Amino acid sequence: MEEKTGIEGTVETKYYTFDYPKYLTLESGEKLEPITLAYETYGKLNQKKSNAILVLHALSGDAHAAGFHKGAKRAGWWDEMIGPGKALDTEKYFVICSNVLAGCRGSTGPASINPKTGKQYGTEFPIVTIKDMVNAQLRLIEHLEIEKLLTVVGGSMGGMQVLEWMISYPERILSAIPIATTMKHSPQQIAFNEVGRQAIMADHNWNNGDYYLGSTPDRGLAIARMVGHITYMSDVSMAEKFGRRRKSNGTPFKFDSDFEVEGYLRYRGDNFVKRFDANSYLYITKAIDYFNILNGKRFEAIFKNLNAKVLVLAFKSDWLYPVYQSREIVKACKLAGVDTTYCEINSTYGHDAFLLEVEEETHLIKHFLKTVFNGQGNNSN
Amino acid sequence: MIKQSSKLEHRIILNWIRQSASVLDLGCGTGELTKMLVKEKQVRAQGIEIDEQAIHKCVVNGLSVFQQDIDTGLAEYQDKSFDYVILSQTLQQVKKPEFVLKEALRVGVQTIVSFPNFVYYPARFQIFFKGKVPVTPSLPHEWYETPNLHFLSISDFVKYCVRNKITIEDSVYIRKNKKVKVFPNFFAELGMFLISDKTVN
Repeated sequence: MEEKTGIEGTVETKYYTFDYPKYLTLESGEKLEPITLAYETYGKLNQKKSNAILVLHALSGDAHAAGFHKGAKRAGWWDEMIGPGKALDTEKYFVICSNVLAGCRGSTGPASINPKTGKQYGTEFPIVTIKDMVNAQLRLIEHLEIEKLLTVVGGSMGGMQVLEWMISYPERILSAIPIATTMKHSPQQIAFNEVGRQAIMADHNWNNGDYYLGSTPDRGLAIARMVGHITYMSDVSMAEKFGRRRKSNGTPFKFDSDFEVEGYLRYRGDNFVKRFDANSYLYITKAIDYFNILNGKRFEAIFKNLNAKVLVLAFKSDWLYPVYQSREIVKACKLAGVDTTYCEINSTYGHDAFLLEVEEETHLIKHFLKTVFNGQGNNSN
Repeated sequence: MIKQSSKLEHRIILNWIRQSASVLDLGCGTGELTKMLVKEKQVRAQGIEIDEQAIHKCVVNGLSVFQQDIDTGLAEYQDKSFDYVILSQTLQQVKKPEFVLKEALRVGVQTIVSFPNFVYYPARFQIFFKGKVPVTPSLPHEWYETPNLHFLSISDFVKYCVRNKITIEDSVYIRKNKKVKVFPNFFAELGMFLISDKTVN
């Protein structure tokens, strides 16, 4: 095994505010201005600028993918995959991760100030799509003067952005790694998101999205997150993690969080509201639900302009983004003659596996990237 | 796929395959053959394999591979979309060998098939004199652990091709890493065929 260490020192979030032009034209036709993207980078861009990797985060993620912020106890959300000797080896590659448009972790979103009113946008914020998120990322990549990305990689909603890069900017990527994702959100997936949104909107603090000067809809957002967490796990992983264990032997049937699983969900929900904006949750889940790159197109037409190598990963116990959805991506790649590798990783973690099955993912991604990188005439090893 | 492939088998396949051709390797295992074809013939290769651990090794070998059960067919590939489809010691391990073979012939301009000859003389000897299901170097598994689901002989395969108007363009028979020239159905442990279906366009 190669030595694995963390990223040295601390990392910092950087900010890029769009200029020339200052606006971004959204898919809806609306022009949004100003736009800032929060992003982090790890490793060094080589002279040929051929070692840049764009990491795309999922619904609740942010730009802080790896390393430690100053004074922080917790590392970035994909720290186990990014760093010296890791899958995305920062000794070799330059890794970029940005917070999505409509996010609430430093990028422009509904909690940002609307220059027309001087107040937070709230629900005045325009509808944003996965493609808009990718278009914004392209501006960041251009700002960093990177012509072509070695790879774009992400799971879940991050995977949707990967797919969007594959169809919208095929000439900008050498390879792509969509993980545990789908070409279109299914009714079941939309349904779970809708329960989350309804929980937020039913919280009277939500106040039609205008809550930034008062109390925030914490209960609603926490419940949304609880529902989310259930869908990210599997029956097996929950049984293993919690069983029917109870926190106390006290009197049952009080509506306290007695079972461990209840405590866990409450804890997760309560923690989430400290770092996430409810309106962002509404906007981003809508962007996910509207995602559909099939959209009446024939399967063989979807990736017809793609000349990149693709690695599709799915997890057997993922019932939120079941393997059949990844197989459809593979099918579209096959029909378009795209050079593709597909692996269904045996995991019991459910959808969360893309954050947890580090060893399997590391092995596959590391060697896949090595093939892509060396295939471009870069030095081996 | 669990394979008992020999160097000679790989070299024969290598000789059959044209420079820079496109190749689909069904049941590619850990990708040793495919890797050699890429290196020596610069083929554009795609593997299909069902075993996750084998896929990990293929990725280490720098190969593109799909995790798929080939018994489900190759519906996504158009007719003649590969120069060669390879079934190297795969056919006897699938559930529906005839369906898989037909799909290979449809998708490939040419198809390469190799399989252990179940009736070569050590096997016949064990059946006839010992009254046991043969366990030999080319059929190394006991009945309760063998990955082989179908047992065929070189004669069986030739007859099948004739009956189904499949053109046998070349064939090679192997025993102990050497070519067998006489009575292959009796002496050879492995049959290798380069075939095509001229009726499919």
